[in-house]
Amino acid sequence: MIAVQDLFKIYTMGGEPLAALDGVSLSFDRGAYLSVTGPSGSGKSTLMNVLGGLDRPTRGTYTFEGEDVSGLDDDQLAHFRNQRIGFVFQSFQLLARQTALQNVELPMIYAGVSPKDREDRAIQMLGKVGLSERIHHRPTQLSGGQQQRVAIARALANSPDLLLADEPTGALDSATGKDVLALFETLNREGLTVIVVTHDASVAARAKRQIGFEDGRIVLDKVLRP
Amino acid sequence: MKRMDLVRSAAGAIIAHPMRSALTSLGVVIGVAAVVIMTSIGLGAQQRVMGAISGLGSNLIIISPSASRSGFVAQAAGTDISITGADAEALAKQLDGVVAVAPSVRGQAQLAAEGTNWNSRIEGVTPDYLIARDLSIGQGRMFDDREARQGRTVAVIGTTVARELFGEADPLGKRIRVGGSPFQVVGVLTPKGQSGFGQDQDDIVLGPLGAVRSRVVGRRVKGDAVQTIYLKTASEKDLDRVQEDATNLLRERHRIREGQDDDFQAQNMASILKASEAATQTFTILLAAVAAVSLVVGGVGIMNIMLVAVTERTREIGLRMAVGAKRADILAQFALESVALSLAGGVIGLLIGVIGTVILAKLAGWPIAIASWAAPLALGFSVLVGLVFGAYPSWRAAQLDPIEALRRE
Ligand SMILES: Nc1ncnc2c1ncn2[C@@H]1O[C@H](COP(=O)(O)OP(=O)(O)O)[C@@H](O)[C@H]1O
Ligand SMILES: [Mg+2]
Repeated sequence: MIAVQDLFKIYTMGGEPLAALDGVSLSFDRGAYLSVTGPSGSGKSTLMNVLGGLDRPTRGTYTFEGEDVSGLDDDQLAHFRNQRIGFVFQSFQLLARQTALQNVELPMIYAGVSPKDREDRAIQMLGKVGLSERIHHRPTQLSGGQQQRVAIARALANSPDLLLADEPTGALDSATGKDVLALFETLNREGLTVIVVTHDASVAARAKRQIGFEDGRIVLDKVLRP
Repeated sequence: MKRMDLVRSAAGAIIAHPMRSALTSLGVVIGVAAVVIMTSIGLGAQQRVMGAISGLGSNLIIISPSASRSGFVAQAAGTDISITGADAEALAKQLDGVVAVAPSVRGQAQLAAEGTNWNSRIEGVTPDYLIARDLSIGQGRMFDDREARQGRTVAVIGTTVARELFGEADPLGKRIRVGGSPFQVVGVLTPKGQSGFGQDQDDIVLGPLGAVRSRVVGRRVKGDAVQTIYLKTASEKDLDRVQEDATNLLRERHRIREGQDDDFQAQNMASILKASEAATQTFTILLAAVAAVSLVVGGVGIMNIMLVAVTERTREIGLRMAVGAKRADILAQFALESVALSLAGGVIGLLIGVIGTVILAKLAGWPIAIASWAAPLALGFSVLVGLVFGAYPSWRAAQLDPIEALRRE
């Protein structure tokens, strides 16, 4: 189980405290598929960053499969991100100088996987996202949808427990966006826990459970499908 | 992160901007090349001076008239000659640990033989001169003490003189006129080549002291006077003691009172060597220091471009952190990149330095002298420059907040 309890993230802007997360509690089990919706600035990305171990909450607890993530230091958090989390960003965040294959290998480099195993695994993951023919292409030689699929392959490289996608279709046209979402659904069906942040109601509707955010608080928590 | 991955990522980053990397490394290239060339020049100068000095003969003490013997009026060395053949005989008799005592007079003289002319150095010496100066006879013989005493006009010539006067013909037994006086050639010296000072050591005529003094250089050297007395000691460790004994003996013979200046000067090879070694070492260090400054300038260039690289690649840093890079991994990545830039410059600089030294040596006609420590020093320095000047940019990279970094455009 993954759970956050009474999560606060307070920024001080010009002397005024601003709660990006204002007492958020949320828990879900392995295999969950959550969508997070809400207006811009409501705290969705902040929650994702905390869940992904990129950010620390000002207050509150975070337990991940029984492990207390709030107590981890920088290096332990890096390891946590490396082993447990797969990130998918709106802007793909691929390294422009590197090929699709090298981009997918990156998390495995930090995991200390041998070059041979890395390459095998990266080829396998690129196959899984349907890019077997493009493994030596650089990001600039790929369409947006293809780039996002490389990013997903990279997120899967170290077999994470949790896939965090912050507006993954935001930079894609709707047809390509649907392909990406279909990929998430496939991965979820195979047992991967997925959280997708989105503006798009139709995207949100495809998740099993929908979380609504407003002003750093959860205002909607609805189970859509079992 | 594995070492090989770090190396590959550093190499990739450098190759990604070939022109910029080249320009950045240029400072280190110039710095290292300068260090190599400067130290080589210094070392070459040192070796030439050493060669020149030790070429005079080993375990040698040189006694010559003092340059300034009378108070205010400084006089050129040798114009008022204070040492004599009798001094030399006394030294030979009374000093311990001396292998050879060789008084000498010398001059420049016009030589003539079989219608050919040649201008050369002539030196009036005793047979011990060969021992003192580490010379040997290649052909014929040296004149002996009896011939020297009797003022016989015999001569031993160097190979250059032999060639210029007689060509391929055998010079032994031939007559040559030395400044008008006839001498008979009895021997030819084994060739020694150029001295370290650039003088042809084979362009010389040796004659008996008495005969040369009276017939060739008589106008300048009066009576029993000589211009130099060479003392050769049995071993190097005797040099200082023998020099002191010789000085005391000569002061006594010249009736120099306590507190009065010597009217001669005695120098030994070891002390001359030591002094010149110290001088050229200082010179070398000075040159190296100047060159090192250019290395620092190169380092600042590297720091500048590494700061630019960190700024440019902020998003990459954020992404790497997001997928599991520890701060130490980021630090190592940028530090290695900086070291690689600097080291690449160092390797190229070393090559240029070596080639430059060889060309310079060729142009100047010097022997090529590249210090054995030049390569490790240059490469070590460039690694150090990369580390020192890459430290701050790398630290900046490692301190980035991943969320901020990922958000950067
Ligand atoms: N580093 C920061 N400093 C100050 N305020 C921040 C910072 N990051 C986020 N915020 C604020 O926190 C709130 C939530 O932001 P965010 O989680 O990015 O919203 P969302 O992803 O839902 O659009 C916003 O008001 C935003 O301005
Ligand atoms: Mg957001």
